[in-house]
Amino acid sequence: MGFDYEKYIRPGKLPHIWCPGCGHGIVMKGLIRAIDALSLDKDKTAIVSGIGCASRLPGYMDFCTLHTTHGRGVAFATGIKMARPEMNVLCVGGDGDGVAIGGNHFIHACRRNIDMTYLIMNNNIYGMTGGQFSPTTPFGAKASTTPYGNPDPPFDIAKLAIGAGATFVARGTAFHAAQIEKLLIEAIRHKGFSVVEILDSCPTTYGRRNKFKSVVEMMNQLKESAVPVAAAEKMSPEQLEGKVLTGVLYKENKPEYVAEYGKLVTRVQESMAG
Amino acid sequence: MSKKVAFLQGNEACALGALYAGCRFFAGYPITPSTEVAEVMAKELPKVGGAFIQMEDEIAAMAAVIGASLTGIKSLTATSGPGFSLKQENLGYACITEVPCVIINVMRGGPSTGMPTGPSQSDVMQAKWGTHGDHPAICLVPASVQELFTETVRAFNLAEKYRTPVTVMPDEIVGHMRERIVFPEPGELPVINRTAPSVSPQSYQPYDTSFGDIPPLAAFGSGYRFHVTGLNKAQDGFPTTRADIVQAEEERQVRKIENAVDDIVTYEEYLLDDAEVVVIAFGSIARSARYAVNAARKNGIKAGLFRIITYWPFPDRQIRALAERAKAVIVPEMNLGMTVHEVRRCVEGRVPVSGIFRVDGEPISPNEIFARIQEVR
Repeated sequence: MGFDYEKYIRPGKLPHIWCPGCGHGIVMKGLIRAIDALSLDKDKTAIVSGIGCASRLPGYMDFCTLHTTHGRGVAFATGIKMARPEMNVLCVGGDGDGVAIGGNHFIHACRRNIDMTYLIMNNNIYGMTGGQFSPTTPFGAKASTTPYGNPDPPFDIAKLAIGAGATFVARGTAFHAAQIEKLLIEAIRHKGFSVVEILDSCPTTYGRRNKFKSVVEMMNQLKESAVPVAAAEKMSPEQLEGKVLTGVLYKENKPEYVAEYGKLVTRVQESMAG
Repeated sequence: MSKKVAFLQGNEACALGALYAGCRFFAGYPITPSTEVAEVMAKELPKVGGAFIQMEDEIAAMAAVIGASLTGIKSLTATSGPGFSLKQENLGYACITEVPCVIINVMRGGPSTGMPTGPSQSDVMQAKWGTHGDHPAICLVPASVQELFTETVRAFNLAEKYRTPVTVMPDEIVGHMRERIVFPEPGELPVINRTAPSVSPQSYQPYDTSFGDIPPLAAFGSGYRFHVTGLNKAQDGFPTTRADIVQAEEERQVRKIENAVDDIVTYEEYLLDDAEVVVIAFGSIARSARYAVNAARKNGIKAGLFRIITYWPFPDRQIRALAERAKAVIVPEMNLGMTVHEVRRCVEGRVPVSGIFRVDGEPISPNEIFARIQEVR
């Protein structure tokens, strides 16, 4: 018997809004499998998002779901986690949502090391609004607002997360479907702020402007550009040119914010009693 | 037994009022002249097992407050002009999703950075029209330290009862003045909690109007799983673009407050029974107005004061009634004319209305108001 995805999908909410060839559905399946593997209690799990194609994911999922304002998902999620530390809090979104308009919330959640997992589906474009360049659109690429090529250098989301203090940072691709599940399992298990960036593709608004002939070609690019971190150690800088590292890129154990606040509360209350 | 009395700053009283109302979560960002609210909450919330967080910006603070409230915890943020502007985005989100929360906005000079330490009353229109789209608004404008305490309690009660954000907007003078306050005993003031669902999680819908215009709100983590979105939504909480549903839901959200004005609108009438000159004021300026009215009475002028306590919904009916018997209305306010337009709308030309406007960071003095009373009598 195959995996029962329907256990986690809200009845009557499919089909999803994502275009044919979009990888977001693959990522959602990976998330469902990770949640299943970890046996997360649906009643005690919140899935929060901002605005954009990827941010529509929570609406399909049978959990406590919150589709918020553009870029603010992590800030709403912070309120939930602080108020109810016993809840599992997952946040999802895209590249524009997460590191452009939501960039400030993103870096501060990383710094705080608050226990939640942030899944970013990075397709290098604002898809929902028709293909404007995002902070991860490659230099020189075409978008509806870069008709002569993108003059902006892109962010590396994983490096940004590590630099800002996230204690678990991983990267995968929508092509490597099985790995998505594994990375998310490890990320959700991690006590602290975990970031999982999944490189994704938008054939509709990115691919057709940038001379990709098919969805398969875009998927193949994800496949060919990905290099697992272990393999990369044996490769020369020349061999790594144009490649992206995948797998767990960074992990450390540091004091987690909600747990530390809980200790503070205990300390204050003990000093009152004593 | 004698009651507990203290000499407190308005902002401090505001924070203590929030705690009295059962507030157990605060998210904020430092800004003059409201910071003391955050400082008191940072100190007091751990003592009662609550949580305080200083967020990275005003937008995030408003977001965290809504997130926390969705788990069933009464939640507060505090800010001032520039921060209130930033909060408008997620204030609109709280309106459309109907999540109870309280926002303190201690009014300072503006626009933009304006006069951070100077008083103002120029955010009253923003409290109603600041976030885009049609939406309900409840805004309270206390005039004393005591009232900042009790109105903050009432703000939580209204937020919980009507499932809506409520703003409490003392001007900087009220926020920073120090006065004697008598603490209400526990149980002395009513404390209202939101209505929990009476149906099973399986049949729960977050906007189920079979329960009336204010559907019960379940808490995340309590066994009820549901969807919340800032998109126009149907009764089940999921997005819709169906014209009839969107129209009905938008109308309901505004109607739930409009139909409750008798429960929400509060005001104080001072020497109005025979008043020929009526001063309409709020916040610290109402205190000047009271002096002016007293001075006028001593000089044989029949003056009275209508003090607005609930600014939104505006006390339309009461002000319309005043116009039936007054010969002149004066509206002193620390802006360049905001309340005066609302008053003119209510009186519909039946009585002359003049304003006294100051935006120089100085309060309007009793003398200025008294002089105008003499002019218009």
